[in-house]
Amino acid sequence: MDDLIKYAPDLAAGFLVNVKLSLVSGVLSLILGTILVSMRVSPTPVLRAVGTTYVNVVRNTPLTLVLAFSALGLSDTLGLTISDEPSTNGFWLVVLGLSAYTATFVGEALRSGINTVPLGQAEAARAIGLTFFQSLRLIILPQAFRAVIRPLGSVMIAMIKNTTVSVAAGYLAESAFVMKDTFDDTGVSIPIFIGLALAFMAFTLPIGFLTGWLARRLAVAR
Amino acid sequence: MTEAGSSSPLVKLEAVNKHFGALHVLKDIDLSVARGEVVVVIGPSGGGKSTLCRVINRLETIDSGDITFDGQTLPAEGKSLAKLRSEVGMVFQSFNLFSHKTILENVTLGPIKVRGIARQQAEQRGLELLERVGIASQAAKYPAQLSGGQQQRVAIARALAMDPKMILFDEPTSALDPEMVQEVLDVMVGLASDGMTMLVVTHEMGFARRAAHRVVFMADGQIVEESAPEAFFTQPKSDRARDFLSKILTH
Repeated sequence: MDDLIKYAPDLAAGFLVNVKLSLVSGVLSLILGTILVSMRVSPTPVLRAVGTTYVNVVRNTPLTLVLAFSALGLSDTLGLTISDEPSTNGFWLVVLGLSAYTATFVGEALRSGINTVPLGQAEAARAIGLTFFQSLRLIILPQAFRAVIRPLGSVMIAMIKNTTVSVAAGYLAESAFVMKDTFDDTGVSIPIFIGLALAFMAFTLPIGFLTGWLARRLAVAR
Repeated sequence: MTEAGSSSPLVKLEAVNKHFGALHVLKDIDLSVARGEVVVVIGPSGGGKSTLCRVINRLETIDSGDITFDGQTLPAEGKSLAKLRSEVGMVFQSFNLFSHKTILENVTLGPIKVRGIARQQAEQRGLELLERVGIASQAAKYPAQLSGGQQQRVAIARALAMDPKMILFDEPTSALDPEMVQEVLDVMVGLASDGMTMLVVTHEMGFARRAAHRVVFMADGQIVEESAPEAFFTQPKSDRARDFLSKILTH
């Protein structure tokens, strides 16, 4: 218990990094996932092919490899620099890799949501003169999102826990690495371990409850 | 293409062919619909009636032939196709109202997003149209809260909100409970007497007799005969039509 109190500030600072990574990657992956699914259902064969290939490649690559590519490929080899400050740069490289990865799951969840929208509504949307992207934005996607709030919640929870593998991108500020680093000094401390696990649960459990509540509240009656 | 005068047909199909795989659903269809004309398409299931209706606003593409609307060949895609569709109303068998939008929003969406009309103006007009089809009091509800007949009348109001040059009806009463058929037909008869150009796929012979100028009988992907409604129902020329009518009249 003493260990937990002693190292609490370091762990809290690390956990705050997990929270920040989650928030930024959450927003980015929702946007990118929406773009991906729009490509996959678009009438343009090239867009469909690009979307499908992207999802199949990235979704089936281990996250640690995606993050390693983000750091080694994008940053070191291709010379992508987002910030001159190394820790900020590292943060954004993780965000990039994590968002690129999570977006594929967001896109797949949304795609199953699109399948819940009756085809007739898409036809009706086209019949009043809406363009493809207007029907997608105004009719299809709003209903698709509402249908998959719960699975999207699961994707977000998985994404939050995935922030703990940031070390694969060489980014060492988040709490799981801080914990491991601490254990190297103190030996394994059960209180620290449980404390951190509880911190993650305090973050992720409400998401499960919130998405469940939203899903019931926003369900589309047919 | 010459400038469309008031005497030229609004819709003209020439030698239109369409296949679904091996099934030849439209065989050399020639049909024109004049401005203000109400044409009822009748015939056995699977005869190509719905497909005929759907090729006119290009919800189905055609394999060969030519379709002109208001003097212009149907655009293949993109903004010009969207514009054409905004001028051709469509009412579906299964209503197809937007489930996540209120009744009023269903009616105002097209005018606001396609025509760029101000929301307030669109809502005022939307309420007038809902009044006309008799459901203004339901404007704030969602489609699932309405009966089938009410939903179909909303769908008609939604089509009318675009000020279409023509409305296509694809079996508008086939999915309705019997007691709700009349309220929808009444609205359609009202439209017909106001001079709306209509192509109606239906089995409602009462409607055909009251409102149609012409009956087109379709079977096996072909137009078998075209006549005035009374003549068609009392003295069908073809054996195919006679056979069809005997089956639906004796029950």
